[in-house]
Amino acid sequence: MRRLHEFLAFCCLIVLTLAPLRAATASEITIAAASDLKFALQEIVSNFQAAHKGDKVDVIYGSSGKLQTQIREGAPFDIFFSADIAYARALRKDGFAATEPTPYAVGRIVLWSATRDAAKMRLEDLADPKIGKIAIANPAHAPYGRCAEQVLRAAGLWDKVKDKLVFGENISQATQYAETGAADVALTALSIALSKQVADRGGYSLIPETLHSRLEQAYVVTRQGADKALAKTFLDYLKTGQSQTIMIKFGFAPPGQAAR
Amino acid sequence: MPTSEDFAAIWLTLKLATIVTFLLLLIGAPLAWWLARTQSWLKGPLGAVVALPLVLPPTVLGFYLLLAMGPHGPLGRLMAFFGVAPLPFTFAGLVVASLFYSLPFVVQPIQNAFEAMGDRPLEAAATLRASPLDAFFTVALPLARPGLVTAAILGFAHTVGEFGVVLMIGGAIPDKTRVVSVLIYDQVESMNYERAHWLAGGMLLFSFCVLLALYGRRRNGRYG
Repeated sequence: MRRLHEFLAFCCLIVLTLAPLRAATASEITIAAASDLKFALQEIVSNFQAAHKGDKVDVIYGSSGKLQTQIREGAPFDIFFSADIAYARALRKDGFAATEPTPYAVGRIVLWSATRDAAKMRLEDLADPKIGKIAIANPAHAPYGRCAEQVLRAAGLWDKVKDKLVFGENISQATQYAETGAADVALTALSIALSKQVADRGGYSLIPETLHSRLEQAYVVTRQGADKALAKTFLDYLKTGQSQTIMIKFGFAPPGQAAR
Repeated sequence: MPTSEDFAAIWLTLKLATIVTFLLLLIGAPLAWWLARTQSWLKGPLGAVVALPLVLPPTVLGFYLLLAMGPHGPLGRLMAFFGVAPLPFTFAGLVVASLFYSLPFVVQPIQNAFEAMGDRPLEAAATLRASPLDAFFTVALPLARPGLVTAAILGFAHTVGEFGVVLMIGGAIPDKTRVVSVLIYDQVESMNYERAHWLAGGMLLFSFCVLLALYGRRRNGRYG
């Protein structure tokens, strides 16, 4: 019994001595980001990490709706990059954000396929019986899914293709359905179609922006991230030319500008 | 209040679980019989394969099934050869995936029951000139009844509770692949907590009742 006490005391001592040490050296932030940012942000974060050794930036990707729900439920995210400014505004309004929503990019939606040349496809082709399943992100909580639905409705195709739709949990999963060939085409994000993971697998065609509401993307710093210097440093880094070039490379238009 | 959307998902889930349980009993009983009685070196490897879903994350199963059942996968090519539509995003696809997913929950209780029974009832049957097949149906199966009931309950309940695999290969299509667990997920992600509660609470109650039935019964069951 006595030995157990001694052992526990020893463990406590070790934890107590090491804990402040760790807090002092490492500066860490966790970012929650919409899935369409995956490839662009990966590149930006790895550049940032190279320039800020010792600091740590973790990114968790998911649908914007899911991530904002998690933030409301106390998820430890410091910055939230939403694919839709509406989610960022809602968080701000309900007191979960420390900053006003700041637009960072405008997203575009494309028709993409791994099995046929989507560059030669038009939206109307989706109604063709030769096209089987069409993958979109879940419109209930993924902004790109909502836009995909708007596009199909605006093009007068919704009723014709409704039975062919399958819903990914977020835009990445929708793309993955098409990438494995399980779905013939996906309505996905331009930023994903331009990533090297899928760029050489069949082409894409850009969907006119007139068919859906503008995909204005915005970030907020959450209450938890409010006092973190690293959060601000990272957001400043996002504004640099180097980061902006990456965003443009992945098809994001700067906010306030007409998308290409 | 539950909506028609909810009832559609519940109906789909029950339909899936019923079909899967029925098929699994058909496949599981002979398989368990073989596993319980064989001296073959294959017993170890095959037993391990059957038990895999107990330890594998559903995402692993979902991932490989998506690849295998897709048009470029072996299963997908085979289906295409016979002119059948690919399995992802279909109810049939969910059935196939669930067969893998729930297999150990059905095979293991039956195998345990067969093993607990020992050789003597079959030897007795043999002395009365019962053929092995006859003995299987008239002696082994009735004796293993508690194990079969446990297997059916576990297989059914486990299929009802399936989430990861259907999320990966299902595509959340209403009336076809959007089962209760996926609908709950969608409602929570969309912050429709009230609607999520109806289904989630119901699921909780259902699971509790199933386990209560199982453990309440087990006190008396012999080969459970």
